Amino acid sequence: MNLATKDIRHSPGRFALTSFGIGLLLMIVMGMGGIYRGLIADATLLVDRVGTDLWVVQRGTKGPFAELSRIPANLLYRVLSVPCVRQAREFVYHTIQREYQGKPLRMAVLGLSWPTDRGEWVPLVAGRPLARSHYEMIVDKTLKLPLGQRIRLGKDTYTVVGISASMVSASGDGIGFVTVADSQSIQYDVAGEAVRLEREARYARGLHSALGAQQPLLVQQAYKSSAELPAIALPQISAVMLGLAPGADADQVARIISGWGDVSVYTRQGQHVLLLHGLVEKARRQIGLFRFLLTVIAAVIMALILYTLTLEKLHSIALLKLIGAPNHRILGLILQQAIFLGAVGYAIAYLLGQKIFPKFPRRVILLNDDLLQLALIVLGISVLASLLGIWKALHVQPNEALA
Amino acid sequence: MKQPLAIETTNLAKIYGNGNTEVVALREATMSVRRGEVVALLGPSGAGKTTFLTAVGLINPPTSGQVSIGGQMVMDGPRAKTNLRAFRRNHIGFVFQRANLIPFLTACENVQIALEIGGAGASAARRRSLELLDYLGVADRENNLPAMLSGGQQQRVAAARALANRPNVILADEPTAALDSHRGRQVMELFAKVAHDHGAGVIVVTHDHRALDVFDTTYEMEDGFFRPSLEQPVSQ
Repeated sequence: MNLATKDIRHSPGRFALTSFGIGLLLMIVMGMGGIYRGLIADATLLVDRVGTDLWVVQRGTKGPFAELSRIPANLLYRVLSVPCVRQAREFVYHTIQREYQGKPLRMAVLGLSWPTDRGEWVPLVAGRPLARSHYEMIVDKTLKLPLGQRIRLGKDTYTVVGISASMVSASGDGIGFVTVADSQSIQYDVAGEAVRLEREARYARGLHSALGAQQPLLVQQAYKSSAELPAIALPQISAVMLGLAPGADADQVARIISGWGDVSVYTRQGQHVLLLHGLVEKARRQIGLFRFLLTVIAAVIMALILYTLTLEKLHSIALLKLIGAPNHRILGLILQQAIFLGAVGYAIAYLLGQKIFPKFPRRVILLNDDLLQLALIVLGISVLASLLGIWKALHVQPNEALA
Repeated sequence: MKQPLAIETTNLAKIYGNGNTEVVALREATMSVRRGEVVALLGPSGAGKTTFLTAVGLINPPTSGQVSIGGQMVMDGPRAKTNLRAFRRNHIGFVFQRANLIPFLTACENVQIALEIGGAGASAARRRSLELLDYLGVADRENNLPAMLSGGQQQRVAAARALANRPNVILADEPTAALDSHRGRQVMELFAKVAHDHGAGVIVVTHDHRALDVFDTTYEMEDGFFRPSLEQPVSQ
């Protein structure tokens, strides 16, 4: 006869409510693990998905994901001259916040190197990759912009032609994919008045310079647009992504390009490590620590619940001892209930999590390994939590049944 | 022909506390009960009846004296001569003032658990439990939880549990206290029947003098002693 199940059968409502409470607690532990995984996955998503072997960034910086990186756009052609470099793409990446239908819209804008890269690698759930060099956009579904939606960014209007799945920035903002040129237009867009003021300021600076005094006609050129002035550099890009020929030694290519003096080079793995140990390190550690604390709290609460359940059964336990029940039978009663409570709580946590986690604003990723690990932790917690109750049960004297 | 001894106590004493707080609950208590004999233990509250019963039941070790059950010495002073829990399981049945049934087990399961603890298989244990409940007239309540049984029915189930492992000894502590006189007498007669049918030695602590005719022998206690006037058991 299994005493644990008989006791549960005696008060199923209370057991169900207790299991539900433990289930909610374990769901939070499970959710924190999922948030932790989601944070890492989001942070490394682009590096993993964009399919590049080497990242060329501004010298001394850690790349566009960690900090501001500015390199000239013509670097693209320089790197193509390096042996084993099969493909080079510009990378422009920045975050904007606009208002859309009265609500704030945060979006990470990523420039695709047209026409080499039209976004074929972006996982689409609707629509198509870019087909025009301007004014088309692929957006992530978390941005909630429907296919065909027209949205004004800067001085231009863009049409949503594709919807992607799970393409978000490290901070959880959905990514909008446009061409590099459009991305730069959005990034460097300034108001007309600001342009006029800058031209006036440029003219004034020219007048007060020695060059302006010697060649007044040259100063007149200051009123022209920046693009027409050879002295002013074209908009810069964040990085250049390199695809290497099959069998190429990435480290060797990286060494060659690093020797140039104006750029730094990272492998995909290097960017990965930089992201995890830089951008999301503190958040990662914070969530990890919080998850650990939650696990400890869950263990303490379970121990108290099981201790209380044992206290309620002390008379029965004393009676069982009186009629000669061996210790293992009494320990089995407590331990089986603890494990059963943990197992049902875990199942509730999993089922609730499957319903609730998808509604979270950021991704909650439940990996099978993590679920298995948590199941083992719950088993461990159940056994540990029952020790207090077992200790109490072992100290009950059979004559307490007579009280 | 005389039956063999079921219980034998020699100079049992129990002292609680020490120094100024010392209380002598039991002194020089010597008693013999044969198999099939039903003994009543009378006396006012605080006389030491329950202390004597728990000492004989191996749940409250005496300070001095010996306890033998079925011819085997099991307590010599406070020292156990055997595994007491295992010995209780196989040789002693208990019935209390309150039936003391396990609240989350049905009537049948309350008997069955004692059998399973004694080593019986589940199906054999259930079969014997039903037989015992039938013998005690509560077979129709086999699936009821204790809370759904009357006081008398609970005591019958407790008696069935006490009998489950065919013990040499049954110890009952005021088993009729919660019952009316009619039910009380029925329970006392039940113990007599059990003792005679199963050959167990039975000691019943009771305040109820109306049913003394049921017992084979009566002992009376006062201040931890068997009273001098009744030191020699009175055979009915």
